[in-house]
Amino acid sequence: MNAPFLWIILPILIGGFALMLINEHTTAIFGGSMSLLLAGIALVLPIDEALRLGPLSLKVASTASFLGRTLVLSASEAPLLVMIFGMCALWFFGAEAAGVASRLIPLGLIITSLLVASIAVQPFLFASLLIEMAVLVAVPLLSPLERRPGQGVIRFLIYQTLGMPFILFAGWLLAGVEASPGDLSLTIQSTVMLGLGFAFLLAIFPLYNWIPQLLEESSPYVVGFLLWLLPTIIVIFGMSFLDRYAWLRTSSEVISGLRVVGLLMLVTGGLWAAFQRHFGRLMAYVTIAETGFLLLAVSLAAGTSADLVFLFLIPRGLSLAIWALSLSILRTSDESLRFSSLQGIARTYPLATAGLILATLSNAGFPLLAGFPPRLALWEGLAHESIAAAVWYLVGLIGILVGALRMLAVLVMEKEESPWILKENLVQRGMLAIGILGLFFLGLFPQALGPVIEQMPLMFTHLSR
Amino acid sequence: MLAALLPWFAVLIVVITSTGLFLNRDWRWDLGLLAVQYLGVSILVAQHWPLGMAAAKLVTGWMATAALGMTFTALPPHEESIERIWPQGLGFRFFMVGMILVLTISVTPRMAGSMPGIGAPVIAGTILLIGIGLLHLGTSSQIARVIFGLLTVLSGFEILYAAVEGSILVAALLAVVTLGLGLVGAYLLNGSIVAGDL
Repeated sequence: MNAPFLWIILPILIGGFALMLINEHTTAIFGGSMSLLLAGIALVLPIDEALRLGPLSLKVASTASFLGRTLVLSASEAPLLVMIFGMCALWFFGAEAAGVASRLIPLGLIITSLLVASIAVQPFLFASLLIEMAVLVAVPLLSPLERRPGQGVIRFLIYQTLGMPFILFAGWLLAGVEASPGDLSLTIQSTVMLGLGFAFLLAIFPLYNWIPQLLEESSPYVVGFLLWLLPTIIVIFGMSFLDRYAWLRTSSEVISGLRVVGLLMLVTGGLWAAFQRHFGRLMAYVTIAETGFLLLAVSLAAGTSADLVFLFLIPRGLSLAIWALSLSILRTSDESLRFSSLQGIARTYPLATAGLILATLSNAGFPLLAGFPPRLALWEGLAHESIAAAVWYLVGLIGILVGALRMLAVLVMEKEESPWILKENLVQRGMLAIGILGLFFLGLFPQALGPVIEQMPLMFTHLSR
Repeated sequence: MLAALLPWFAVLIVVITSTGLFLNRDWRWDLGLLAVQYLGVSILVAQHWPLGMAAAKLVTGWMATAALGMTFTALPPHEESIERIWPQGLGFRFFMVGMILVLTISVTPRMAGSMPGIGAPVIAGTILLIGIGLLHLGTSSQIARVIFGLLTVLSGFEILYAAVEGSILVAALLAVVTLGLGLVGAYLLNGSIVAGDL
């Protein structure tokens, strides 16, 4: 038994089996339970250590060989596996309420496996190929066969595919930089290649136009899942570069570049979010701003520690899940998701409305909600580095907050007094209630995540200080 | 002598096929050109990889082409819609290909000098394919054109990357990506049929 089999091959097999399940409820329960089980195994089963169960002794090896290379999931990666599969369980249990379980769970498990493989593959540069494979699997998820493929999915495919060659080629150039560190032109070339690769993969300004388009044309829940998982893994992949190459980590130009790009994402995402008239597009711009938060946290992580980056991951996943679920529920009332068509819907979908508003407020860093502690910590860290950056950070947050308030105004704006009706079904109510409670719980007790989050930076050698 | 000429012959194949793929709008010709393009690509890849691995690239390319071909045969007869943003005349497309050819001819010697051991034909093939692939992507949003463009860009990259990385895992993953792009293209084209778009 080895760890890559448990957390890469097994989920693919489970995903393949889930393809054969037809019933939405069965698929959601099966997929969610399996993900939870994989998260539980990662939590309790030590990797590369013998586990004694009475007369039996069980040891899970960290390494598996594959076509002459190795896949390594060591003990230091276990907390990340707990987080990934734990959050997947949340998304998969909620998939039934969003009505996409039979599509999301099989393909979602395969995508998750490929992305876990991208963390495990050695040398880590080859991760971009596995990320590309995950992107290819994501296309049928985003564009069901019965619907015309939109421009968003085509641009998603183009941009993500173009990112891969840049990263692979940058990896080759970086090897040259290691061999001759004084070669300035090679250093610049490799940095530019790397930057372009990540700009495509992370949808950095101005390459993010596919995100709003996708959220207009595809299921918000499915897009939300990808917008949670892909940037999370790509940011960790990017941090591997910082961890591996000291000159990248210590380069003031690279750190400043990351900070500027992060602020650009946050400010443009926040400001565009403030002026949207479409709930899906609003979510898109807030997720763009979320990528900005991650980049800012990475820029601070290079100088200090990666703790801050990991502090963002769980609240981000939770708020995106609630947001996407709420939008999926509201979409059953009106598919266009325009402000004008959903005006006053709070009276018929009060829980979905509450989920939508609280998730947006959490993303804006509103106190008492899950997003508040990491945003406050990031703001504090940023203010130590640059006051101007802290001010721009505030501008981005205000943009998201204005978007949330406009959304609230539209959703509760009813022309005449009409009765309150709960149109959400029992599953939807249950999932939304759990999610909303989770948002408050993580806002009030952020230290509850400590045992998992504190261990995550240990997967890096130099960024874990 | 023949061995020295073979890579340049492959570049000639790539010039003809990639140009034809960009200029032509009939899917039967396009698929034929794409299949022949993969022959040129695998000859260029074989300059640095063993013949077996280069042949795998050829087979994978043909499989991706076959997947697209099977979908095209199921399509009802249709005219490719015209993009409004860019001029789409044959003359304009010729001009754009000409620009890429000029760029390839002017940049190849310089790059061959700065990347010793890779060889001018490999670099020429790379620049040409990536350039024309990007032209596909930049001038059309048709699913078929986008997939042809992505496959062409990827082929160009693979030629150069084969010169610097000989890992079997990379070869296998790149083959999966090529095949995956073909299958995704077929899936998206099918989606257009089901939705009654074509």
